[in-house]
Amino acid sequence: MALLQISEPGQAPDPHQRRIAVGIDLGTTHSLVASVRNGVAECLPDEQGRVLLPSAVRYLQNDRRQIGFDALAARAQDPANTITSVKRLMGRGLADIANRDDMSYRIGGSDAGMVTVQTLAGEKSPVEISAEILATLRYRAQDTFDDDELYGAVITVPAYFDEGQRQATKDAAQLAGLNVLRLISEPTAAAIAYGLDNASEGVYAVYDLGGGTFDISILRLTQGVFEVIATGGDSALGGDDYDHALADFVRAQTGVQVGSDADKASLLVAARAAKEALTESTSTTFSAEVAGQPVTFALSRAQFDAATQALTERTIAAVRKALRDAKLKPDALQGIVLVGGSTRMPQVRSAVAAFFGREPLVNLNPDEVVALGAAIQANQLAGNSSTGDLLLLDVIPLSLGIETMGGLVERIVPRNQTIPTAMAQDFTTYQDGQTALALHVVQGERDLVADCRSLARFTLRGIPPMAAGAARIRVTFTVDADGLLSVSAKEQGSGVEASVAVKPSYGLSDDQVATMLRESFSTAQQDMQARALVEARVDADRMLLATQSALNADGDLLSEAERAAIDALMSALRGTLATATEAAVVEAATKALADGTEAFAAQRMNQGIARALSGRKVESL
Amino acid sequence: MNLNDTDFELFAVPATFAQDRGALDARWKELQREAHPDRFAAQGAAAQRVAMQWSVRINEAYQRLKDPIRRASYLCELLDAPLNAENNTAMPAAFLMQQMEWREALDEVGDLAGLEALQAEVETGRARALSSLDWLIDEKGDYPAAAQQVRALMFIERFGQDVEAKFDQLGQ
Repeated sequence: MALLQISEPGQAPDPHQRRIAVGIDLGTTHSLVASVRNGVAECLPDEQGRVLLPSAVRYLQNDRRQIGFDALAARAQDPANTITSVKRLMGRGLADIANRDDMSYRIGGSDAGMVTVQTLAGEKSPVEISAEILATLRYRAQDTFDDDELYGAVITVPAYFDEGQRQATKDAAQLAGLNVLRLISEPTAAAIAYGLDNASEGVYAVYDLGGGTFDISILRLTQGVFEVIATGGDSALGGDDYDHALADFVRAQTGVQVGSDADKASLLVAARAAKEALTESTSTTFSAEVAGQPVTFALSRAQFDAATQALTERTIAAVRKALRDAKLKPDALQGIVLVGGSTRMPQVRSAVAAFFGREPLVNLNPDEVVALGAAIQANQLAGNSSTGDLLLLDVIPLSLGIETMGGLVERIVPRNQTIPTAMAQDFTTYQDGQTALALHVVQGERDLVADCRSLARFTLRGIPPMAAGAARIRVTFTVDADGLLSVSAKEQGSGVEASVAVKPSYGLSDDQVATMLRESFSTAQQDMQARALVEARVDADRMLLATQSALNADGDLLSEAERAAIDALMSALRGTLATATEAAVVEAATKALADGTEAFAAQRMNQGIARALSGRKVESL
Repeated sequence: MNLNDTDFELFAVPATFAQDRGALDARWKELQREAHPDRFAAQGAAAQRVAMQWSVRINEAYQRLKDPIRRASYLCELLDAPLNAENNTAMPAAFLMQQMEWREALDEVGDLAGLEALQAEVETGRARALSSLDWLIDEKGDYPAAAQQVRALMFIERFGQDVEAKFDQLGQ
C-alpha cells in the first residue's frame, strides 16, 4: 500500500507534478511524436535516435507485425503485406480511391463502408493499421518518460480532412489506447510552432505538401490567438504522386515492362530516391531492378520538374482559391510557412516564392514542425503551460448540409465557419399527412447530393399529420471543437425530436471499434480487466483533481449544502478507488461525481464570462 | 450574463448598426479566451459541455455582429421590424431594373477585365446601400425602411456570389 500524500494547506493535491502530454503528427509517409520538455518542444527519438517513424506496417505470419523502418525495408520484397500511405484510405470508401491499380497492396471492402486492406493476417481496416503506428509512438513516449501514464495526445489531421476522415483518426487513437485531447489541423500546428518561437503577428499562409496530402491554410495570428480564416487543398495529392509521376516518366522513357507488384514497388522506391537526390543536385541516376533486370536512367532536375509540373500547378491553384476565400491578395501576407518533406523540392519552393512574391519561411525542420506545434498545444491542454495564453480558434473545412427534394443540398453550416458552432434551419413536409421525415446529412461544396459525401441518415418520426408545408422542422447542426458533428431535428409544434451523433457512413460504428479493441494487439497480451481498471483509475484521478482545483478556485460560489454534496461524492469516489477491483465500480463513482458537479461547472462558466465582461468595463471607463 | 442575452449585450457594445470591427474582434477573442472548451480540457465532461454551449453562443453572436447585413437584419428584428425575407420579395422597380442589367452584363462578360469592372460596380452599390442603412437605423430610426434596404442588400450579396462563381469559371 502506498503512503498517503498530504498536501500543503490551500494547495491542490497534485499527484502528477506534470502531466505527460504529447503531440502526434500521423503522416502519410512518416509519423512523429513530440513533447514539451523543460519548456522546449522536441521530437522524441526511438532507440536508434531516429525521430521519423515511417508510416508503414507489415503483416507477417502468426500475428506478428513490423512497424516503421523494418516494414519499409521489406516493402520491395513483400509489397502485398506492407501497407504504406494508409492515411489516404482513412475514412474512405472504395469509390474514393482513384489510383487503386497503382497501389502495391490489395484494397477490398464494399462501396458502402470503409475500404479494407487484404493481408495475410486477414482484412485490416485503415483504422487498425493507423492504430499500430499510433501505438508504436505511444510506447516510444512512455519509454522516453519512463512512465506508463500518458495523460493525452493532440493528433494532427490535414485541414482538408472531412468528417469521416477525422472520425477515423479519432477511432484509431482510441484503438491505440490514447486519450485524444484534441484533433488540430496540421497547418495550424505548424503555425503554433512558428508563432510561439518567433512571436510574430500577422496573416500567414501555411503551404503543406506532405507525402500524400496537400493543405493550404490562411491563418491570422493576433495576441496569442490563432485564427484559421480559410483552408483548402487536396487530400489526395502529395509527394507520393511525384514518385508515381516520375516512375511513369521513366517507364515511358525506357519502355520497361512492369508486371508484378514487386516491380511496381521497386520502381517507386527508386523514384523516391531519385527525387530526394534531385533536391541537392541537378542530376542523378535513376536505378531500379525490374523483373530481375537492372533499369538505369540518367535524370536531370529539369526533366523531373517537367514530369511533375502539373502537380505543382495543382497546389498553386488551390492556394489561389484559399486566398480568394480569405478575400486576400498574395501580397497581403506576412509570411509563408513551408511544411512537409516535399517542400524541400526546389521547384516547389520556387513556385511558392513566385506566386507570393516573397521567399517562404523555412527555419524549422519541415518534417518536424507539425509535431512540435501539436506538442505545444498538448502541453497547454494538459494544464502544464504556465503562460496559458494560446487559444486556437479553428474553422470547419467543408460545408455541411441536408438533402432536400430533387437531390439538392441545402447548406446549413458553411465552409470556414469558426467552430465550435451550432446552426439551424427550418424545413417542412412535402406531402399532406406526412408523419416522418428522412434526413440525409452530407458534406461538400457542390449543389447536388450526388457530388457530396454522404455522412449519415436518420429519421424524424411521429410528426402529427398536417397539410404539406405546415410542419416546421428545425434541423440543428452542432460541430464541436474537433470538427465532429451531431445533428438533431425537432418539430416545433409538437416537440417531437430525433438526433444522431454523426458516425459517418465511412467511419466505424461504436460496436466495430469495441470489437477491434477486444481483438486488438495492445490488449491481446495483457489482462483486459487489469487494463480497464487502470484506465478507470486514471479517469477517476483526473476527475478528482479537476474537481478539487475547481473547488479551490471557485468554491465560494457554492452554498454549504451544495459544497457538502460535492465533498460527499468526492470522498465516495476516493473510497471506491481504495477498495475497488472492478472497472465498472470506479466508472460509476466517477460518473456520479461528474453528474453531481455539472451545475457547479455551469456556475463557474458563467462567472468566467462575467469576469470577461467586467474586464471590459474597467477598460472602457 | 446568460445565454439568452442579445448579441449586443453579450459583446457589451451599443445596439447600433455602426460597429467598430476591431473592437468586435478583440471582444470575441476575449470572450472565447474565457469560454472555449480547450480552456477546460483538463476539467471533465460537465465543464466541457457548458463551455461548448457558451463558445457556440459567442461564435454565433460574432458571426452575426461582424456581418453588416446580418447585423442589420438582427437589429430590425429586435426593433420589431422583421425582414420576412422568404415571404416578402417586393422590391422597388428601379432596383429590379438595375438587378436585371447586372444579370445581363454577367451573362455577356467574357474576360477578366470586364468581370472585375462589374465586381467594382457591385461593390459600389453595396457600399452605398450600407451607408444608407447606417443612416436609416442609427439616425432616422426608420426600421421598416431599413428592413427593405437589407432585403435589397441580400439581392446584391447573392449577385456578388454569382460574380465570384464566374471568376471560377474563367479559370481564375
